[in-house]
Order: sequence, then C-alpha cells, then structure tokens
Amino acid sequence: MSIWEYANPVKFMKTTDKILPWTVGVAAITLIVGLVWGYFFVPAAENFGGSVKVIYVHVPAAMMAINIWVMMVVTSLIWLIRRHHVSALAAKAAAPIGAVMTLIALITGAVWGQPMWGTWWEWDPRLTSFLILFLFYLGYIALWAAVENPDTAADLTGVLSLVGGVFAVLSRYAANFWNQGLHQGATLSMDSEQHIADVYWFPLLLCMAGFIFFFLALVLIRTRTEVRARRLGAIQQRERMA
Amino acid sequence: MSMLSVEGLAVSRGGLPVLEGLSFSLDAGHALVLRGPNGVGKTTLLRTLAGLQPALAGTVSMPPESMAYAAHSDGLKSTLTVRENLGFWASVYATNDIEPALKRMNLQSLETRPAHSLSAGQKRRLGLARLLVTGRPIWVLDEPTVSLDTASVALFAEAVRGHLANGGAALIATHIDLGLNEAKVLDLTPFKAKTPEEGGMQGAFDEAFL
Amino acid sequence: MIALLMRDLRLAVRAGGGFGLGLAFFLIVVTLVPFGVGPEGKILARIAPGILWVGALLACLLSLDRIFALDYEDGSLDLLVTAPVPLEGVVSIKALAHWITTGLPLVVAAPVFGILLHLPQGAHVWMVISLLLGTPALSVLGTFGAALTVGLKRGGLLLSLLVLPFYVPTLIFGAELVRRGAEGMNTETPLLMLAGITAATVALVPFASAAAIRVNLR
Repeated sequence: MSIWEYANPVKFMKTTDKILPWTVGVAAITLIVGLVWGYFFVPAAENFGGSVKVIYVHVPAAMMAINIWVMMVVTSLIWLIRRHHVSALAAKAAAPIGAVMTLIALITGAVWGQPMWGTWWEWDPRLTSFLILFLFYLGYIALWAAVENPDTAADLTGVLSLVGGVFAVLSRYAANFWNQGLHQGATLSMDSEQHIADVYWFPLLLCMAGFIFFFLALVLIRTRTEVRARRLGAIQQRERMA
Repeated sequence: MSMLSVEGLAVSRGGLPVLEGLSFSLDAGHALVLRGPNGVGKTTLLRTLAGLQPALAGTVSMPPESMAYAAHSDGLKSTLTVRENLGFWASVYATNDIEPALKRMNLQSLETRPAHSLSAGQKRRLGLARLLVTGRPIWVLDEPTVSLDTASVALFAEAVRGHLANGGAALIATHIDLGLNEAKVLDLTPFKAKTPEEGGMQGAFDEAFL
Repeated sequence: MIALLMRDLRLAVRAGGGFGLGLAFFLIVVTLVPFGVGPEGKILARIAPGILWVGALLACLLSLDRIFALDYEDGSLDLLVTAPVPLEGVVSIKALAHWITTGLPLVVAAPVFGILLHLPQGAHVWMVISLLLGTPALSVLGTFGAALTVGLKRGGLLLSLLVLPFYVPTLIFGAELVRRGAEGMNTETPLLMLAGITAATVALVPFASAAAIRVNLR
C-alpha cells in the first residue's frame, strides 16, 4: 500500500466517493457555526466597530488564496515528476477556486477598508500583491483553457505555476519595498491576528477550518468532474480506434 | 552493418497510441520507404525517431549524432538568401563548407537570391542541400517530394542515391512513387495500434481513466 | 550559437522583420501620455520615470510573439530542436536577439524621449542604467511566455496576460531606481535588486523556456 495508489483515477473516484459527503458535511458545519458565532455572538470591538466582522470571511479567504497556489505548485510537481493524472487535474480544479478566493479577499478587504481608512483601495503592499496574485491565477486558468491536448496543458501550466510562484513571492517583496519607499511611515497595519482577543480568535479559527474543508470539498468535486471528462474523452478515443 | 535499428516501437499522437510492435533495421547504403494511408502515423513515427517526442515503448538504437531530420516544411527563412539559409545550418552542424552542397543541388546560380523568390522545386532542393550540409549519415525525410514535378522528383531520387552511395542511409515517408526502385518498402498498416481488448498494449495514456 | 544570433538579427532588420516597431510604439506612448494628463511640466516630470518604464515594457511586449512563432510555422523550430545545439542555449540566444533588437534601442531612446516628458536632469543617467539592467530580464521572461504559447493559434493576447505579471518586480525596482536617482536618494538597494533579478532570470528561466518548447513540440 502506498499513497500513490490513490493517484490512480479509478481508485481516486472510489475513495472520494466515500470521503466527499463527510467533507461537505464538516465544511457546512464548521462554516455555519463559525460564521454565525462570529457575526452574532461576538461583542463589537471598541475601536473597530461593526465592520470588524468581515474578518471572518476576509482572513480565511486570504489564507486560502495563497495556500491554494502552494497546493497547485505541489500537485504540479507531482505531475511533472511522477506523471499522476489526478494530480494535474487537481491543480486545474483548484485554480478557479483560488482565483475566487483572491477576489473575495480583495472585495472584503475593500469593504473593510472603506470605513476603517476612508478609502476603498490603497496601494498597500498586501493589497497590491493580492492583485498581482489574482493576475497570476487568471493567466494560469487561461493557459489551461487555451491548450487543447490535456497532457501538454498539464505540463505547460505546471511549469507556469512553478515560475509564477517564485515571481508572486518576488512581487510581494518588491511591492513591500516600493510602497515603503514612497510613503514612509504611513503604512496601515493589517496584522489583526497579532493583537486579537480570544473572543474574536476562536470563531476565526473555526471559519478558517471551515474554509479549508469548503475548499477540499470543492476541489474534490471539481477534480471528479475533470476525471469524468477525461474518461469520456478516453472512451471516445477508444471508439475512434476501433 | 545496421545503422538504425528499431525494436518493438510504439508511438502515440495526442495521447493515443497509433503504431505498435514496429521493428525494422536500416543498413548503411540502403533506403527504407514507409507507406501507409493518411493518419496511420508516418509523421508521428519520424518525429519520435528524431527525438521530438518520447516513444511509448520499444527501443531505437543508432550512433549518437547521426540523424538529420527534415519535416514537411523546409525551415527556410524567406528573407534570407540561399547562401545565408544554408550557411546558417552549416554552422549549426559545424560543417561550414556549403559549396559541395550548392553544387550537387544545382543551386550555385541562385545563391544570392532570397528564399521567397524561389520556386517550390528550388526550395525543396535547398531543403535537400540543408540535409547535405548536416553531414549526418541517416536522413529521416517526411514527405520530401510534396509539391515537386516529375523532373524534380528524379533530381531528388538522384540526391538520395548519391547519399546512399557515400555510405549514408535514408528513411522516407511518402505517398508517391519516388523512382527509388532499389529501396525496401515498409507498409505501416499492419502495425496500427490495437485496443487493449484486442491484445494491444496496456498502459497507454488515457487507459488509466477507464 | 553565434550563427543563430546573426540569423535572428538579420531576420529582424530585413523587410517585415519588425525592427523599430517597438521603438515607434514607445514614441507613441510617450506622445499620448501628455494628451491624457495635460501639458504641465511639473506633473509630467513627476510621472516621467514611470511612463518611460511602462512604455518600454509595453514596447518590449509587442514583439514577443515573433520570437518562436515564425520559426514554429516554417518548421525551423523542429529542425533547431533536433540540431546538435542545446535548446537552453537556443532559447537564451533568441532572448539576446530580442533584447538587441528591442531592448537596446529602448535604452538608447529613453533619455531622448525623457526630454519630451520633462524628465529631471539628474534622472537621465539613472533612466539609462535602470533600463540597461532591467530590459534583459524583460526579454528573457518574454521568451518564457512565448515558449509557453508557441503552439497556439491565437496566443498573442494570452502571451500578454501570462508575461505582464512577471514584469512587476522588474518594473517596480526599475522605476524606483530612477525616482530615487532623480531625488538624489540612496540608490543602492533598488540597483542591487534590479541587477539581482535580471541575473537570476537570465540564469534560470531559459531552462523553463526550453522545457516548455519541448512540451509544445511533442
């Protein structure tokens, strides 16, 4: 028994068939409890006001936005090295979710930023690097869509995710340097985790777990769709051969 | 002596196996003509032999740096002259002397003409001259006589014969008769890949999904 | 290798090679910006480094799809891959040829066009330095994008979408270098970062480009 056995599409479909309902269930429970707790049972913070509640969506979404790219890099590497199809398809399935997570983080950030800083958008290094990350997601998705042969597409997007990951990190540091260079001392701290009280922290943790399971459920469903699409293609090819 | 030998080769196109169980060998001084209907996998086979794509199974053995590949298109740059086009490939293959090739392909009078002003037959002759300047013994040619008239086909056959006489070998995929009567002919149709149910090879690309 | 460089340069300057197109585009960008933001010298002087950098970047982008597409269409890319030269070297030489025909003219023209945008006196030399250090990275990254899209029929737009995010770090440090240089501030950090990014890009990205070409020809 090795873990690579689950990379076989048929085995993967069988296993996920059993796992998927549980994942969906856990995702639903943690998300609902976390969000309801965060939105209705947490006292309003003195210096933040009601708008602080957006962190229960904003922080988990931002966390996922970055980690989904990391996951895509890992699955792409597995594909490039070991040629497991499910791995490549999982990366493909994760990309649109990552893009949406980035978008959610950007939009909720704007919604939060408006009452806090009086502006919808600030060229803060963090905001900027998320915008760039969003562009990387778009490019990745577009490349998958543009290449016809699924094997070629998996290889090319794999290389893109690796090089793109490096440049996304590089952009983050470049943006840090760039804004600091212009507005010395006027940076707006967004590190809310550091001075957050337990009352806010626990529901936030729950929401983060909820987002992780939500992502897992989505990526499983989407990967299963991709596997089915490939199976369909394989059957059609088989018919053409006969 | 065998220059190129192929054992149990299987090749795929777009993830689908097209040819399998293919074995043949090519000796110095001989030519092998590959025949078969459209889509049987002649181009795929030649691209695999040239190292442009990996083989599904089987082995290809030949001396290192011994093959020159020529595809449907000649890879000519239309704004460069005949001499510049040829000189470029000569320096890529580090052979550098293009005069014999120009002479043998009867291109001397055209050497300062830009490639776009050549006729189809002249272009093909330039493509063959490129093969000559590579200095490689094994020629792998994909439809070399497309768009050639009878006289040019004869010239082509003459060039191949000259190459064979110098101890070279040629592997040619073609639809039409080249007039190379001494060449062996290999029909690829019997090697068409079968489905696994019919006893074809397992583990081809998309099988994992079934 | 040198033969390949000479061939690409020759092709670029012959009819239809597109040499000078990037430069003309650069001039158009520089001409259009004052129409957009108004003719005030002070504003123009402030935004000049950024405009020149963004203009150079877009001009660079313009000719990227030619790097491999033409060789792919006429079959010479197949022949180059089967030729006894390392593909990584071919890719690097192609990037170099692109830089000489596109990047280098931009470096030379930027200070001249800077006059049109009231680029501050002290900034001209920094403009040249920053472009000289930064544009090679633009060409190499562009080659990577071109390699990814070489087999696609309408790859041009996708190429821009793929490549532009990669240009962000170079753009940031390049423009910052000019700004700091113009204001007489410490230029060491952006200078080193810009040079570092270019050096790492030139050294490593050709491997990714070569891999992408091999995949695309398969």
